[in-house]
Amino acid sequence: MKTPNPTTRSLVIEKDMPHAPEKIWRALTQAPLIGQWLMENDFRPVMGHKFTLRAKPVPNWNGIVDCEVLAIEPNQRLSYTWGSMGLASVVTWTLTPGNGSTRVRMEQSGFPSEESPSYKGASYGWKSFIGGLERVAGEIN
Amino acid sequence: MQAITADVFKALSDPTRRAIFEWLAHDGEQTVHRLTARAGVSQPAVSKHLAVLKLARLVRDRREGRETHYSAQPKALVPLVDWMSHYGVFWRERFARLEGLLNKMEK
Repeated sequence: MKTPNPTTRSLVIEKDMPHAPEKIWRALTQAPLIGQWLMENDFRPVMGHKFTLRAKPVPNWNGIVDCEVLAIEPNQRLSYTWGSMGLASVVTWTLTPGNGSTRVRMEQSGFPSEESPSYKGASYGWKSFIGGLERVAGEIN
Repeated sequence: MQAITADVFKALSDPTRRAIFEWLAHDGEQTVHRLTARAGVSQPAVSKHLAVLKLARLVRDRREGRETHYSAQPKALVPLVDWMSHYGVFWRERFARLEGLLNKMEK
């Protein structure tokens, strides 16, 4: 798996947490701890390890996520594939220590994208598309 | 449901197809000829794009005389919107749980 293409649509959530990176890293990489905040799992912090996250099924989602560890840099960066709902994506956690806190960044990238600079109507990027999407969705019913 | 979602993603992964879909959504039904003029690519290429959009149920076609008219079917976007909102809500909730766990953990 390659580094996500910068034109790939992604979801980013960032938050400063008043905890040391080492502690947050444990919560992100120890299976019993992951189970307490994310989902039941058989995660191991080993490159290439395949694991499954399991949650209670909900309508339109069977609650199963198939994953594979892509990158581990202790206390800094963790990346794994995230396959669910018929779509493959990549989840990457980045920890950046600050003044008495740590910035926790989660990026889920995975919208397939074939952005081509040669395309003339270049304004049709995912960003504007998704922006318009919510408006379209609002008109559906 | 999952297969349809994958088709929608695939169909919209191409900028020309996104453009075609947006034109149809904004400006209403159009012929292949008209779309070809706007897209600046060959008619066979446009027809191929339309076939992919049709497979994903994003467009519908209607034959009238010699011309085929296409129109957008925005309802096909529902799985995509669901996907985005699903994960937006999902991760915000999981972040809150992670913080709750960190507050309980020893150093």
